[in-house]
Amino acid sequence: MLILEPRATTPRWLTVLTPVMAVIATMIAGGILFAILGKNPVEAIRIIFLDPLLDPYSRTEILVKAAPLILIAIGLSLGFRAGVWNIGAEGQFILGALAGGATGLAFYPVEGIWLLPLMTVAGALGGFLWAMIPAILKIRFGANEILVSLMLVYVAILLLSALVSGPLRDPDGFNFPESRQFHNAASLPILIEGSRVHAGVLVALGAVIAAYVILQRHMLGFRIKLTGQAPRAARFAGVSQNVIIAICLGISGALAGMAGLFEASGPVGQLVPALPAGYGFTAIIVAFLGRLHPVGILLAGLVMALTYIGGETAQLMLRIPSAAISVFQGMLLFFLLAVDVLTGFRLRWVGRTSA
Amino acid sequence: MKTAALTQPILIVTALVTLALFALFSGLDPVLLAVSIIIAAQPLLLAALGEMVVEKSGVLNLGVEGMMIIGAICGFAAAVETGSPALGFLAGATGGAALALIFGLLTQYLLSNQVATGLALTLFGLGLAALIGQSYAGIKPPPFPKLDLPGLSDIPVIGPLFFSHDAMVYIALALVIGVWLFLGRSRPGLILRAVGENHDAAHSLGYNVILIRLAAIAFGGALAGLGGAYLSLVRVPQWNEGMTAGAGWIALAIVVFGAWRPWRVMLGAYLFGGVTILQLNLQAANLTPLWLLAFGFFLFAIWRTLTSRRPLELLGLWLATVLTAAIAAKYPISIQSQYLSMTPYLVTIIVLVVMSADRLAANLNAPASLGRVFHKTG
Repeated sequence: MLILEPRATTPRWLTVLTPVMAVIATMIAGGILFAILGKNPVEAIRIIFLDPLLDPYSRTEILVKAAPLILIAIGLSLGFRAGVWNIGAEGQFILGALAGGATGLAFYPVEGIWLLPLMTVAGALGGFLWAMIPAILKIRFGANEILVSLMLVYVAILLLSALVSGPLRDPDGFNFPESRQFHNAASLPILIEGSRVHAGVLVALGAVIAAYVILQRHMLGFRIKLTGQAPRAARFAGVSQNVIIAICLGISGALAGMAGLFEASGPVGQLVPALPAGYGFTAIIVAFLGRLHPVGILLAGLVMALTYIGGETAQLMLRIPSAAISVFQGMLLFFLLAVDVLTGFRLRWVGRTSA
Repeated sequence: MKTAALTQPILIVTALVTLALFALFSGLDPVLLAVSIIIAAQPLLLAALGEMVVEKSGVLNLGVEGMMIIGAICGFAAAVETGSPALGFLAGATGGAALALIFGLLTQYLLSNQVATGLALTLFGLGLAALIGQSYAGIKPPPFPKLDLPGLSDIPVIGPLFFSHDAMVYIALALVIGVWLFLGRSRPGLILRAVGENHDAAHSLGYNVILIRLAAIAFGGALAGLGGAYLSLVRVPQWNEGMTAGAGWIALAIVVFGAWRPWRVMLGAYLFGGVTILQLNLQAANLTPLWLLAFGFFLFAIWRTLTSRRPLELLGLWLATVLTAAIAAKYPISIQSQYLSMTPYLVTIIVLVVMSADRLAANLNAPASLGRVFHKTG
């Protein structure tokens, strides 16, 4: 029979190979799903995974989608490494958009290059403070950060809805529940002419580099990894678990908040109830697909953005329902977790052993 | 202290009486209110009870939300297609259990991280349910009849409160009793708890840890599926994308609130059902949140009166209660409905904090192996 045998060390090629295996397995399973839906599976997979890469505009759109995913996933990966489960990035994303967006709206119609940095700081602060709620409740009372951060997502969605139909509503907007369009100084500059690629893409890239430095070269990164892998050893080494919880939740909250602001003042251009598009949850998949490694997350974010863009095209061209893409992304995480077993264990065929 | 033991019941009774009075004053029928609370509590009760058994076996399945929504759509689709709500519930339970077994396969055989896999289950379940449910939006499901007992159901107040529910309410109650007997009074239940406390020891004794956990996971999934089906067939009754709206996560919190005890889990489910219904009625009655604050002060004041000996503190609390109530009566400022809709989620957080703050009491009954991966080589 087939047994699992623990590995002493994980070969490097395997850590790289397993996510690729998961993506291929998802393509096959996704193809089967599309076939069940009565669509041509080969065509569907081609439209989702290949066509966006061939079209110049789609290529820029991949960057637009990938930026928030990467930004959020980088923050989450720090926490996941330390065993701090921030599931509420979606809420921190919304609060960032609200705090930063409200700052921008408050200065309407003042122009000035200082406004965007101010909004970014406000957005990061909004996400940071929202993430501090589960952090403080965890540190002070031991309340489960998974459930608290997740509950705060629902609260944030309602708060956004209340504010855009209340204090932040566009005064000239015929009572529609949405804010004013951000004016020039409050909108993110476009990097590539004729596309929607905004400055947030650069910030996401910066976050990847910063996370790489922290994890590989800095004491903090070592402490985070130590807390996750050997909590007891970390305690003996004098690493305060509470500090790690606060730092991990704080960083991921701030990054998610920034991502929220970039989304609002970039592609969306105003605060609307439909702003949260599930990036906070998809980023969890991105973090795992990237094996919690900054460079991996960069690539994983691009792949995930590809499925978004390709998925939209597939919706239009093949009339594939939008939910099929979420199923697709969920399957990806399943396969990823399934093949992950190979990094810790090796498969071995043994004859019937006597116990 | 004698009063300490009585504090909880006194608080609960006062809260209930105040709520009944509030209902009377705002022109609502307290009996109808109670009945709607019972209906609102069922999905939470079923899902939380199932998750409790799973956690007792040492497995943390965070995919309750996903299993519930799959149960909701499977149940709804089956009921609409066959015209039989009973078959719908069966399909809901089957769908929930099937999804749970994916989780079981991944965590038990492929040793994946339970937190991550549970999240994957939720993401996948939400997507799959939306996919299946596309053609079912806006349809009315076949009605699920109430079991009226001749004679008993006609008694005023008692009849509608106890003898005039649909079958699932009684089945859920039977399940609570069954789980209570199973875990506390039966040998298989003892084995399941042993697996959850120390899987290595249970394995050494010759118990099949993986199989027992798989059974628990499937049971939890079936119950979550039933809860979801109740949501789409009775509580709403309709299919909407994402209709669980966090109910699965609240069920997870109820397990913590219930300290892994069936009866307390049931109490928790009714409490959250109550909060949900109350919040909806506040929205309808256009009541101000100041009243809510006054109510909170009131309960807190009663609690401190029973437990504290400091007269100044008590005086302050009662003063605050009366003052808030007075202001609430004088200035009927209404707020946006969204703020009231936040209450179930905020209450969940408060409950988690209160339960976790008392670490000793909270962890006493928590399974020791909860969330740990089991592999024979250890």
